[in-house]
Amino acid sequence: MKILVCVSKAPDTTSKIAFKDGNTKFEDNGVQWIINPYDEWYSLVRAIELKEKEPATIIHLVTVGTADAEPIIRKALALGGDEAIRVNTDNSDSYYTAAQIAEVAKQGAYDLVFTGKETIDYNGSSVGAMVAELMDIPYISLATKFDVAGTVATVSREIEGGEEVAEVPLPLVVSCQKGVAEQRIPNMRGIMAARTKPLKVVEPATVETLTSVSSYELPPAKAGVKLVAADNVAELVRLLHEEAKAF
Amino acid sequence: MSVLIFVDQSEGHIKKSSFEVLSYGAKLAEQIGATAEAVALGTINDEQLSALGKYGVKKVHHINNEILNHVDAQVYAKAIADTATNTGATVIVISHNQTGKAIAGRVSARLKAGLVAGAIALPETSNGFTVKKTVFSGKAYANITITSPIKIISLNPNSFHVIEGEGIAEVIAVTAAIDTPKVKVTAVNKISGEVPLTEADIVVSGGRGLKGPENWGIILDLAKVLGAATACSRPVGDAHWRPHHEHVGQTGIQIAPNLYIAVGISGAIQHLAGVNRSKVIVVINKDPEAPFFKAADYGIVGDAFDILPQMTAEIKKLKGIA
Repeated sequence: MKILVCVSKAPDTTSKIAFKDGNTKFEDNGVQWIINPYDEWYSLVRAIELKEKEPATIIHLVTVGTADAEPIIRKALALGGDEAIRVNTDNSDSYYTAAQIAEVAKQGAYDLVFTGKETIDYNGSSVGAMVAELMDIPYISLATKFDVAGTVATVSREIEGGEEVAEVPLPLVVSCQKGVAEQRIPNMRGIMAARTKPLKVVEPATVETLTSVSSYELPPAKAGVKLVAADNVAELVRLLHEEAKAF
Repeated sequence: MSVLIFVDQSEGHIKKSSFEVLSYGAKLAEQIGATAEAVALGTINDEQLSALGKYGVKKVHHINNEILNHVDAQVYAKAIADTATNTGATVIVISHNQTGKAIAGRVSARLKAGLVAGAIALPETSNGFTVKKTVFSGKAYANITITSPIKIISLNPNSFHVIEGEGIAEVIAVTAAIDTPKVKVTAVNKISGEVPLTEADIVVSGGRGLKGPENWGIILDLAKVLGAATACSRPVGDAHWRPHHEHVGQTGIQIAPNLYIAVGISGAIQHLAGVNRSKVIVVINKDPEAPFFKAADYGIVGDAFDILPQMTAEIKKLKGIA
């Protein structure tokens, strides 16, 4: 079985979010980059677990990004995976990114393509679905459990107000979230091994973009909390009802 | 020229998030001088569909095929994309709920139509087509311009008010070849009798400050009197004090209710990432230094075990519940 795990770099959750160039670009100065947590904790770790059960499994990582994404890829390889592919381009358009991944996925004839449920920067939750459509294969969104037996995957996924269990023939694209696997910490052996794992750089396919970022803005600052004394709960209820009209 | 709105249903019932996208799509159609039309898939009775006219849609294209009673991303995307093509839609509006996350990207790739996923406002259309969405887990907004001829917007739940007026929509039965889904659904487990978290107007949420699952009664009582859904922080979910599906935050569910009441939750940045789009945030915590107070609109520094029963009693009084 061949698995392609999509990894994306993302600013650390605690990063200060700011913009530059007239609010048209993300201020990356001083930002700590991490592997997008959904890609790392759930989809990559699940792929590694599948390989532990079935050692013949091959895991490739793919990222769409410029050379500054390489430390993140090495970190991902330290957790596991056999080799990585970096598509040498940078773009915030999800269709463009998805088309690059689909191109890599088609050429590698993978049985499974794993993505995280979203990236914590653009929060689009859309790349996995696009890759699946471009490859004309099934897509399981928001998976909470994932297993494979032979050529059929068994999955649980989040639906509104509950969960759905399904069987899906390979190949397919899965977006993973909490439940699929548990976070792991890379060990020294993994970190050493990652240094010599192949990291292939490929040039992007010619694909049009469908969207572009015009500007960013920060939400207006909160007016500040209105504190009510602990012995005056009735006042809080009155404020919520009359001032905030919250119920 | 039309704006095509996808109507999401579950077991024949149209979801609240659909009324939001219908209202949004109708407003957008008015703004760009187009007609608002809807597409509904699966078994839904005609009365419900024609009643969608009161949200401003003129026509509802209905593919009444029972294969479509389960959401299969591949089959749904084809049905929606084909309807868009057949009706000459230039904008497609979908909710950014679980169903939307499964299908919007597929429809986008199928039609080569640019997608803004997680929009929170009507587009700016005076010069181009630019849509505002949340980015960085609610810490900022981006204005995204769609440059393709067909545009797709998936709208964040609870970010646009339902607008109800008068009107009856024309229901058009569409016959379309529907493929057999490759995904075979073997079980559906719905959490019954509760307000789904992502659709709830009010959410009461508890954290470690409640000390143990046996103390959740005060949360449930307050939620009941407010008609609210209940949620919890990650440590509470991880400790199995509450079911996992109640966990809100970065790795759990992201919500945007009108009112979020956080009880005994310190407000770690990962928790805030899941709730910072709530309109009004109330924090009740013993620790005056809890970071959550910085993100709150109202707060009480004090003991939840004293305060919550009083809140429940006061709200009962206000609502005239004995």
